[in-house]
Amino acid sequence: MSVRITEIEEPNSEVLRLGLDAPLQLESGASIAPLQIAYQTYGTLNAAKSNAILICHALTGDQHVANEHPVTGKSGWWISMVGPGKPIDTARFFVICSNVIGGCMGSTGPASLRPESGEPYGTEFPVLTIGDMVRAQARLIDHLGIETLLAVVGGSMGGMQVLAWASLFPKRVFAAMPIASAAKHSAQNIAFHEVGRQAVMADPEWRRGRYRIEGTRPVKGLSVARMAAHITYLSEVALQRKFGRNFQDRDAPTFSFDADFQVESYLRHQGISFVERFDANSYLYLTRAMDYFDLAADNGGSLAAAFKGSATRFCLVSFTSDWLFPTSDSRQIVHALNAAGASVSFVEIESDKGHDAFLLEEPNLFATARGFLDAAARARGIAEGKV
Amino acid sequence: MTSALFSNTAMRSDHRLVSEMVTDGARVLDVGCGDGVLLHHLARNRGVDARGIELSREGVAACVSKGLAVIQGDADTDLFDYPDDCFDFVILSQTLQATRQPRVVIEQMLRIGRNAIVSFPNFGHWRIRTHLMFQGRMPVTENLPDTWYNTPNIHFCTIRDFVALSEEVKARIVRADALNAAGKPMGVQMPWWFWNLMGEQGIFWLARG
Repeated sequence: MSVRITEIEEPNSEVLRLGLDAPLQLESGASIAPLQIAYQTYGTLNAAKSNAILICHALTGDQHVANEHPVTGKSGWWISMVGPGKPIDTARFFVICSNVIGGCMGSTGPASLRPESGEPYGTEFPVLTIGDMVRAQARLIDHLGIETLLAVVGGSMGGMQVLAWASLFPKRVFAAMPIASAAKHSAQNIAFHEVGRQAVMADPEWRRGRYRIEGTRPVKGLSVARMAAHITYLSEVALQRKFGRNFQDRDAPTFSFDADFQVESYLRHQGISFVERFDANSYLYLTRAMDYFDLAADNGGSLAAAFKGSATRFCLVSFTSDWLFPTSDSRQIVHALNAAGASVSFVEIESDKGHDAFLLEEPNLFATARGFLDAAARARGIAEGKV
Repeated sequence: MTSALFSNTAMRSDHRLVSEMVTDGARVLDVGCGDGVLLHHLARNRGVDARGIELSREGVAACVSKGLAVIQGDADTDLFDYPDDCFDFVILSQTLQATRQPRVVIEQMLRIGRNAIVSFPNFGHWRIRTHLMFQGRMPVTENLPDTWYNTPNIHFCTIRDFVALSEEVKARIVRADALNAAGKPMGVQMPWWFWNLMGEQGIFWLARG
């Protein structure tokens, strides 16, 4: 817990601090100031500042894409994709990833201290949207002196940010790669998120979001939320293959409510390890931001209007067994991009690993990303090899 | 047809003809674009805005690596998703015979594009006719190597059949070519029946009637 609190205010990352004179205006009408954005960078920005790739992380991800995580000690969440010689080649590209606002790894969020009271915001923190996250990232990109990003890449909630970037700042995005994502959250997805939020809020330790002030921790609620969500990230086939009906450290049922089955034990572990690194209120805010995401609604009901006149080149990827962000969601975006006359590629990758596939060893995803980014780099006149 | 065109031996002969028909800088959709060879050529040498649809993931990945905008999909279902008139040319190379609804595909091509270019194997070619006549079996040739029970080609037609379909969908034939077994274009002056017998492939440029 103490480690995590340090990450909230003084993270093991670069931090951009914006003062009271530069409030971030939010879609809700509220604003945030001061604002801090924690971020990691990898590689070197070239002289023309044309080789920057922004990675947008998913719901429970953070800025630690390709380095050891300061809280868990585990390796970065996308080391198979990002690094020297990897598809997002840090020997060639300048890679940026920031913790989203509303998060809990150093960017301003509900766990951050309010300047007026010195107490955590809790549920007094303004409700955010995906667009708000992107506008905050744009401040960071301004700060880094980058006018146009070579590419914005992300999966799931990260993909929503990619789409919001392309819609809000089309001239600043040369290439966009939303993976396993959607232009709006479905009713089913909102429903799953609501279950997660209710689990958090039903925990008596949650204290109406004031747990940090009152010295409690809604461990059980957040952990149940994570368990439920985790099921949605996997496919039925993947669960069956990994666990089947295998017992956990026993040969027969115990006729109790212990974790008899491996799958139960696995989910409990997922839940418990999650609460070590994640803030419960952040979970409420970020899931809410995803629920509110509806790019068509933001553009007069027409998704094509969100991309009208866009010169950005898009590459979308979906996975066959992803039932949380199914291929039909990606196809809807492809359809709109075609209607808008935008340049779009789309691949559906065969995988039985469910939504999580975008984070895993998927050679076909890597090949597609590499090919797309190489072609974008060539089109932007970035030389092969090291910067 | 210039001789310079034929010096490029690396290019498939039907691709060469298609490339002749497409105007510089046009908006082009290649349906069933494979690994993107034709599109890449058109983009690089003719300055077209190149788009593609391809069924295989490997094909799409190869296209994406070439910097082409290609979506995974198929002719039967995905043409409906495009708005009217969004292309100058819609190309369908050697794919018509594998579609479920060839007529609908042609109609859709002419809805989303002002022009359609369709190339297809001619089932009226004399070798196919003699194969069927003397052996009494579905033809298996060098160009059409699949057995009848294991082929993606479910809607073969002859050049004359295609002419009839063009009339039926009220398309205007801007230009038609036939390639012989050597991949060489046959004389433009030849009558339909001759093409239908001697042409191994037909290549038609259609426009809305």
